[in-house]
Amino acid sequence: MAAGNLPGSALPPWKWAALAVLLALLCALPFVLSNFSVFQLTLVMAYAIVLLGLNMLTGYNGQISLGHGAFYAIGAYAAAILMDHYGVPYWMTLPVAAAVCLVAGFLFGLPALRLEGPYLALATFGLAVALPQLLKHKALEKWTGGVQGITILKPDPPFGLPINADQWLYFFALAVAIVMFALGRNLLAGRIGRAMVAIRDNPIAAEAMGIDIALYKSLTFGVSAMFTGIGGALGAIAVQFVAPDSFNVFLSIAFLVGIVVGGLSTLQGAIYGALFIQFVPNVADRISRAAPWAIYGIMVILFMYLAPGGVAGFVQRISRSWRRRT
Amino acid sequence: MDTFIAQCLSGLATGGIYASLALALVMIHQATRLVNFAQGELAMFSTYIAWSLIQAGLPYWAAFFATLAVSFAAGIVIERVVLRPVQGASPLAMVVVFIGLLVILNSVAGWIYSYTVRPFPSPFPSEPLLGQHYISSHDLGAIGVTLAMLLAIYAFFRFTPLGLAMRAAAQNPESARLAGIRVGWMRALGWGLACAIGAVAGMMVAPIVFLDPNMMAGVLLYAFAAALLGGIDNPFGAVFGGFFVGVLENLLGAYVIGQELKLTVALVVIVAVLVVKPAGLFGRAMVRRV
Amino acid sequence: MKHGKLLAIASLVAVLGAAPGAFAQKKYDTGASDTEIKIGQTMPYSGPASAYGTIGRIEAAYFKMINEQGGINGRKLNLISLDDGYSPPKTVEATRRLVEQEQVLFDFQPLGTAPNSAIHKYMNAKKVPQLFVATGATKWGDPKHFPWTMGWQPSYQTEGKIYAKDILASHPNAKIAVLYQNDDYGKDLLKGLKEGLGAKASMIVKEASFEVTDPSIDSQILSLKDSGADVFVNIATPKFAALAIRKVYDSGWRPVHYLNNVALSIGSVLKPAGLEKSKGLITVAYLKDATDPEWANDPAMNEYKAFLKKWYPEGNVADSSNVYGYSAAMTLVQVLKQCGDNLTRENIMKQAASLKHLQLPLARPGIEVNTAPDDFFPFEALQLARFDGERWVAYGKVIE
Repeated sequence: MAAGNLPGSALPPWKWAALAVLLALLCALPFVLSNFSVFQLTLVMAYAIVLLGLNMLTGYNGQISLGHGAFYAIGAYAAAILMDHYGVPYWMTLPVAAAVCLVAGFLFGLPALRLEGPYLALATFGLAVALPQLLKHKALEKWTGGVQGITILKPDPPFGLPINADQWLYFFALAVAIVMFALGRNLLAGRIGRAMVAIRDNPIAAEAMGIDIALYKSLTFGVSAMFTGIGGALGAIAVQFVAPDSFNVFLSIAFLVGIVVGGLSTLQGAIYGALFIQFVPNVADRISRAAPWAIYGIMVILFMYLAPGGVAGFVQRISRSWRRRT
Repeated sequence: MDTFIAQCLSGLATGGIYASLALALVMIHQATRLVNFAQGELAMFSTYIAWSLIQAGLPYWAAFFATLAVSFAAGIVIERVVLRPVQGASPLAMVVVFIGLLVILNSVAGWIYSYTVRPFPSPFPSEPLLGQHYISSHDLGAIGVTLAMLLAIYAFFRFTPLGLAMRAAAQNPESARLAGIRVGWMRALGWGLACAIGAVAGMMVAPIVFLDPNMMAGVLLYAFAAALLGGIDNPFGAVFGGFFVGVLENLLGAYVIGQELKLTVALVVIVAVLVVKPAGLFGRAMVRRV
Repeated sequence: MKHGKLLAIASLVAVLGAAPGAFAQKKYDTGASDTEIKIGQTMPYSGPASAYGTIGRIEAAYFKMINEQGGINGRKLNLISLDDGYSPPKTVEATRRLVEQEQVLFDFQPLGTAPNSAIHKYMNAKKVPQLFVATGATKWGDPKHFPWTMGWQPSYQTEGKIYAKDILASHPNAKIAVLYQNDDYGKDLLKGLKEGLGAKASMIVKEASFEVTDPSIDSQILSLKDSGADVFVNIATPKFAALAIRKVYDSGWRPVHYLNNVALSIGSVLKPAGLEKSKGLITVAYLKDATDPEWANDPAMNEYKAFLKKWYPEGNVADSSNVYGYSAAMTLVQVLKQCGDNLTRENIMKQAASLKHLQLPLARPGIEVNTAPDDFFPFEALQLARFDGERWVAYGKVIE
């Protein structure tokens, strides 16, 4: 993988214009789509933030994670517990979820430092399996609600805005997503991002260049978990419910599949991946009620055949060859 | 004391389950350098094939060997058809393909055979040996079969030209190719053998946990942990890892932290061991070349 | 009679045009029309609980049969059953699709405690019936706070209380060991057991839990056996129940063994565990087990088996989920018949809450479905039974 897929530092004007058009489109969507579709898109944005975080770790830094569902759960539970037990307003829960997950991810990243490839996959997979059990444990039941979970209320639009709760939540999630993507882009384009990629591509050379591998690797784990936790908090607020059953190992697996299908080491990949996570299972369900998972699996494998570099890689290839022609 | 012995022996019996699937993981890793997440589901599917053959009236051993042959062939076909097209892709893309395979096999098995649990026959006597009630004859027999498989795999890689060629093809495909080894076929063969080993594992596990599409879902994590703990290149290590995890979990659950958290704590212990010995207990530490 | 008179007056009024709509004959909410009743459902067709997907499939098959026979009052039943993978966020999404996009009249038998909890408030805020949910948590029978939600099966807590009662009556000095699945169902049943024991809850000398992903529960059984208990309560889904029955026997432990209702299938639990090893098991039942020779000549059971053969041939007779889904579908058909031409959401809840002495063909004799505006628990009666090595033999009276 070349360093060329790092996000560039300055955008050309036409790209700014394209982004502005895209933003206008995104703002118009909730007024044309049904509330239900708006809700679906809100979830897509939550997943996109998650995948952006996972991408930093897996794509840019080269560390596999089969356990990001755990950080998603921690973020979701942080939001739910704060809202349900302490009456904290929903928007205030995001920074707390972020901080909790940053610390959790950093701490988990410390021992994971020495693990690579399948060993790291096992450790993270273990995290995904163990977390629901911890959430159910009687010592935490007072806060987590145990197996019954926590129901939370959907936030109403503020300042008497003439929109409904679904639309408001969409705009809220959109704003958070824009902030997180801008943050992620700057992070990756800067010193930290370059260090992350250097560690992935050639750890020994990176060390020789004076990069503190241990620190950067754990930090990447922390930041990645932080993004995922924010996504989790957003998801919980949108769904209005958390329970251990919401965060089984398949969630973590779906995240990994999402980012690989979407495209590793690209910002857009997170968005394609989020769309995949949200909509492909629905398509599979429509095709076959007898064995929806079989259809899902076939689609996953087909995606890998057609676009081994993910959808983002595919799109880049197309647009590059198109630009060359014109 | 009586219960302690029973807990240890029952841990060994469950550990044998993990060990047998761990062997299949080692096999495929030796041949392809990859950890196959779909290995458990492949074993489950093989077991259903055996079950269908027995239902059709075949005697146990005929069904057993027929299943081995079918699984071996299926492994080769899967490598050729499903994995070949993504051969050059990143390891993560391979992981995703394995996940795809896993869900397909699980879902199709549920669709064809339904999710109801079914008893699966054991080739061993139903009365426990020597009149004790600690461990059933099947558990002992299954452990014996696992150990036999272990020796066979060890001998295969150590002493046969084919085994050596397979290892060479996986570790250094370029040089292997120059030495006249058909690398692609070695991989396919590795898949075939891993599927056959998985089939044995499945047929040994099914009488213990009953046959159902999810029978390997829980086992895979433990087998994975066992293989890595022992060192994924070392079949002895994998089998030791299996027994170790089985006994560790039983003792933790029964005497130390209770059943609710035993899996979590067992995983913490395993990861702690791996942090200290990143190549596993018996694996060779890899020296990285710049 | 009275009904007929009312109708006559109603049509008279309608003809005179004095009070339009007051007694109108046909009333519809979204999802109902002269030709169709749209029904929504979420089911785990994929994911860790896909074993229960057969409930949705057999219900679809039953409605297909009803439609073939002309539907209900001329209306076809259109069941839109979506996969939620037993994941609550997916349930919320699928349910919103059903209510807002597909515009179903009501949601029938969505499965699972956590998935139903996730849509509980939503359905009640939208005033869309969440009817006969497929879970045994106690919270589904709370018409005061959640008038749009109704359960169907006996609650897990009720079941636990019955075991407690039976233990207190026949083994007052017992030491009890409990194996339970570490999820909402296992914990609910255990809670019922403890509440039933009341002041004597200390009779429970040991509890051990397991996860549905555990490959083996032998270790748990050995710990429980070690406690010296002489009564064992087995709270586990079919596969784990069978593992437990076998291990209890093989380890030489011979307690009085209570087996929970979800695992009473002879074909898919006791046979795999070994019929000999299952001798003496005690359970409570409300439905008939299709693999119990007790019902070999039961006309209702034969009709059910013929139905399976014709309409759902891929369904497994040994799977008790199929009897469950079939019976739930029948209950719904009864409710819709009672609704007549008044297919409003309100009337559906009203009719569902006025089922009187409904004896379903596959419910055990004497066990009836009864509901009232303040009683949202359709099944409350259960029958204790003991396994004699071949069949479940009922003993004692039906317990309310």
